[in-house]
Amino acid sequence: MNWRSLALKSFLLPGVVLLIVLIIMAALPSFGSKYSIIFLSTIFMYIVLTTGWVMFSGPTRQISLATAVFFGIGIYVAAILGMHLPLVVMVLVSGLISSVMALMVGGLTLRLKGVYFTIFTFGLLELIKNLINWYEVTFTGTRGRFVVVVNNNTIYLYMLAITGLTLLTAFLIRRSKYGLALQSIGEQEEAAAHIGINVTVMKVSIFAISAFFMWAAGAVMATRWTYIDPFMAFNMNYSFTPVLMAIFGGVGQLGGVVIGAIIFAYLEQILITQYPYYYMLLFGLVMVISMLFLPNGLAGMVQKWRARTVGGGNVHS
Amino acid sequence: MSILEGQGVTKYFGGLAAVSNVDFHVDQGEIVGLIGPNGAGKTTLFGLISAAVVPNSGTIRFKGENITSLKPHQICKKGLARTFQSVKVFSDMSVLNNVTLGAHFGRLQRVSEARATDEAARLLEFVGLSGRATIPAKDLTLVNQKLLEVARALATKPEVLLLDEIMAGLNSTEITQAMELVSKIRAQGITIFMIEHVMKAIMSVCDRIMVLDHGKKIAEGTPQEVATSKTVVEVYLGE
Repeated sequence: MNWRSLALKSFLLPGVVLLIVLIIMAALPSFGSKYSIIFLSTIFMYIVLTTGWVMFSGPTRQISLATAVFFGIGIYVAAILGMHLPLVVMVLVSGLISSVMALMVGGLTLRLKGVYFTIFTFGLLELIKNLINWYEVTFTGTRGRFVVVVNNNTIYLYMLAITGLTLLTAFLIRRSKYGLALQSIGEQEEAAAHIGINVTVMKVSIFAISAFFMWAAGAVMATRWTYIDPFMAFNMNYSFTPVLMAIFGGVGQLGGVVIGAIIFAYLEQILITQYPYYYMLLFGLVMVISMLFLPNGLAGMVQKWRARTVGGGNVHS
Repeated sequence: MSILEGQGVTKYFGGLAAVSNVDFHVDQGEIVGLIGPNGAGKTTLFGLISAAVVPNSGTIRFKGENITSLKPHQICKKGLARTFQSVKVFSDMSVLNNVTLGAHFGRLQRVSEARATDEAARLLEFVGLSGRATIPAKDLTLVNQKLLEVARALATKPEVLLLDEIMAGLNSTEITQAMELVSKIRAQGITIFMIEHVMKAIMSVCDRIMVLDHGKKIAEGTPQEVATSKTVVEVYLGE
């Protein structure tokens, strides 16, 4: 096989396939069923949350449970501003607010290491949830809010666009020197600083970038729920599920992360509709089994299997 | 003029003075050795210079500029790089990428991908690791990981290089090679400040040697002077 066809196979072909998939996806509302549109929007949401989580926690190895915080604030911004602003502006504004907040939170907390950081992000979720609840009950007198309704096709297209942007951003960062720098911070933070990497700025920036997408997803998805309250918006499942999806799919590769999110979202849908009483039980069982037998996720398993069938020497081709 | 100098540098860990009121200077183009028994404060002094540790008092100047309050990445960008006594390579990353990162984020600004990779490949050859560029750094032997740290530090284009025990655990052939490497680095115009326990190496390669004991500077001079100094012999061999 000569070099040209190799390049074609390794870069052009996936690109073309991806483009075709994207076009079909974008055209789906004109021929797809209502169910598939709604279901795919949910899958997109999980892909965005999971990819966003992996963007920060993957290379830096600092487990964040703040996903639900950013997602929830997106939801609240949508509820408050949605009545006054067009959807596009609202999504952008919510994303910006989120990033500013992530910068502040990141600046304050990223000095914390390991489990302390994780616990802090979890505490942040509870703090903000209860703070907003207190505010609503004390000042507005009602716990929840109504969100302006947007039709399903619009939500779908917005989520598709946000998913595309999230994946593109994650892909570009991963390939750049900044992706490498983030990885070095995760491996040896001290050494990274001593070769000229501004560790704090790097970590806080990627935290803010990942938060931008989580927020945007929250702002769009909020319009589907018509009514929200703090306990819906800041549901801790939005923090934990992306972590599980990422581990299930394999944190090492973007493809693994996406597949993990899709399979998990699908599984959730099936279990919740077919076995509503055993849903959590089965979900937990799948999780335990995959943790035990797929330590590097699906992507890791595929890689291993490939290495075995093709032979160790050709793994890189 | 000294390229690197410190005055009254002091660091306490709890009640213990790890480095106590130490004055030092390193001149342009010199190879200066730093020796002393275990726990003398050598690595702490390197930490203070590279800003890994913040001093309780004293000032450190680099090219005449006070760098005492700078952050580690700023120190590196000024042109002062270091290696670590306990190796800190990026283990899951390829050997080449370890060095490429140094070229990207060191003293040079906006280095193209191709140039950083070329530079990294050149440095790997310089330290003798070119055959191992694609393997993960964790698969290198400890000796080679130390060489990798040297290459990574050199990739940041330093004017002064702090080497913290790169010869520990090497056999005599490897020590000879490492000594050649140090001389080769100096030949490129880089000033070297090195901590070393291998006496044979430090005596033959250094222009000047500084001795620390219990955080205090107890002697300084040419290798000859230090080797014959009564205080130094007492510290190392007992009275």
